[in-house]
Amino acid sequence: MTDLATPPETHAHVPLRHPRLPSYAPWLVVGLAAAAAALVGLTLGWSLTGIVVLAMVLHVVGLTVWSRAVENARAATDRLVTSLVWVALTIALVPLVSLVLKVVTEGAAELNGRFLTWSMRNVVGEPGGIYHAIVGTLLITLAATVISVPVGLLSAIYLVEYGGQSRLAGWIRFLVDVMTGIPSIVAGLFAYALFSLIIGPGTQLGLGGGVALSLLMIPIVVRSAEEMLKLVPADLREASYALGVPKWRTIVKVVLPTAMAGIITGVTLAIARVIGETAPLLIICGSTDSVNFNLFNGQMASLPVFIYSSYTQPGTNPEILKGMAWGAALILIIIVMALNLIARLAGKFFAPKRGR
Amino acid sequence: MAKSIDISDLNIYYGDFLAVEGVTMTIPARSVTALIGPSGCGKSTFLRTLNRMHEVIPGARVEGKVSVDGQSLYDAAVDPVEVRRMVGMVFQRPNPFPTMSIYENVLAGLRLNNKRLSRSDADATVERALQGANLWNEVKDRLNKPGMGLSGGQQQRLCIARAIAVEPQVLLMDEPCSALDPISTSAIEDLIHELKSDYTIVIVTHNMQQAARVSEDTAFFNLAGAGKPGRLIEMNPTKKIFSVPDEEATEAYISGRFG
Repeated sequence: MTDLATPPETHAHVPLRHPRLPSYAPWLVVGLAAAAAALVGLTLGWSLTGIVVLAMVLHVVGLTVWSRAVENARAATDRLVTSLVWVALTIALVPLVSLVLKVVTEGAAELNGRFLTWSMRNVVGEPGGIYHAIVGTLLITLAATVISVPVGLLSAIYLVEYGGQSRLAGWIRFLVDVMTGIPSIVAGLFAYALFSLIIGPGTQLGLGGGVALSLLMIPIVVRSAEEMLKLVPADLREASYALGVPKWRTIVKVVLPTAMAGIITGVTLAIARVIGETAPLLIICGSTDSVNFNLFNGQMASLPVFIYSSYTQPGTNPEILKGMAWGAALILIIIVMALNLIARLAGKFFAPKRGR
Repeated sequence: MAKSIDISDLNIYYGDFLAVEGVTMTIPARSVTALIGPSGCGKSTFLRTLNRMHEVIPGARVEGKVSVDGQSLYDAAVDPVEVRRMVGMVFQRPNPFPTMSIYENVLAGLRLNNKRLSRSDADATVERALQGANLWNEVKDRLNKPGMGLSGGQQQRLCIARAIAVEPQVLLMDEPCSALDPISTSAIEDLIHELKSDYTIVIVTHNMQQAARVSEDTAFFNLAGAGKPGRLIEMNPTKKIFSVPDEEATEAYISGRFG
């Protein structure tokens, strides 16, 4: 036992207080770096990109050096890495923000009642509408979802609950991973060949688009659902078995509800991934100017194919169709965004309830 | 309705590994039997063979005989699901279903088995099970709140309520108090005392005072050595085990001179 009344003299005094940069230091350096970069850049006649890059470099170097001078080496490293992380985040956000801005500014002007409710049937040289393409995209994506979700979810249930580490499960996992890498055009060609064999050469129909997209969707659904099912604690399965609940009921009533939020998110991400596919739909669905509600007969328009053909074959009045292509792109982004919002809400709604 | 359990020459395997060897014992009806022994000696493994939960683990299997009230559990014609309805289980860590409310958790065993219950029957079952688990007064005003919102001790009592709601004949408890504080532990021990008038209870515990407090009989399991299978060393009335055990190993373990 140490005598607490007399502290041992051998212990050196350890100071806990060190000089620190003020809390506004990073912002101050951002401002100074931007000003300095602007000064240099404008004098030398650089572009905006050059000025921003110089400002980032000045910020990272300036903050680190300042910190090194006032604080200590560890704090300086911390400042350096923090600055680099912020710079990386900014760079990652640039394409996203500029893409959204560009599509919104170009496309917003196009949005009106006529644009959303007319098709392009018998429209020549004047603005028409993209109703036919919206209907086509929604129907084809719906068909793809209806095919992929049961197949994908049941496969995931097999992999997690029944397959385990067996050789068959290993092969399925491998093949699903291979499927993830299938180029979308190959999926389109597969669907085209399939329906040519079943119905007749050169058949183009909406359902074929659904089949092609489901080839791209299934592996995403399988992998995300598998990860979610694996997260369900084994405790819950055992608790259910111990109550005398058969395995299939345990899966349906305990495992799936617990994983439901994540599964819904995974399915939505898979939909968002395939809803913008152009190449397979170009092959198997063709393109048309008319509204087609029938997935089983006739060519079907879709937003990505509409955007593509409006740009490549603008017809007699190129400006009008190019504007409509931007409008259609905006609608496509809005649909994907709405899907993501729905998925988040559904995730919140189905999430296991904790708290009181 | 409680049943006695007869076990003879039971060998328990994980794949090729023999985990527990040659257990023969009789667990009397309507009493509490405690299983004690060092970690890894196969107490929990043995407990899980009593309601065929053992075979949930891939590769796990059993040789020998376990009969509840004269019916062999490992007969080819026996459905493990039926066994588990007769022999309920409470686990080491409380595991209420996170997607369900307190009310639904208690009814889970019935609802998941698709039993149609009228509203009044369901209410009565929930109240009876929660009363039985000494939880009713604490949760009666918030039955529709999530089960995960309860404290650890309350969750464990909720799991006990869930287990007794299906009216099993035997209740297995795998270290039910090891994750709980002394007050919750004492609540659960009181509960075990009350439950033994209706159920045959088998409890695994690391806490020897607990074994001495709650059980009528105690079985001591031990390992012959690292990598060797666990064996039943001695089973006797608890009073005898804790005062004059037959085996020296038991004496050594109980008095803390073990290993």
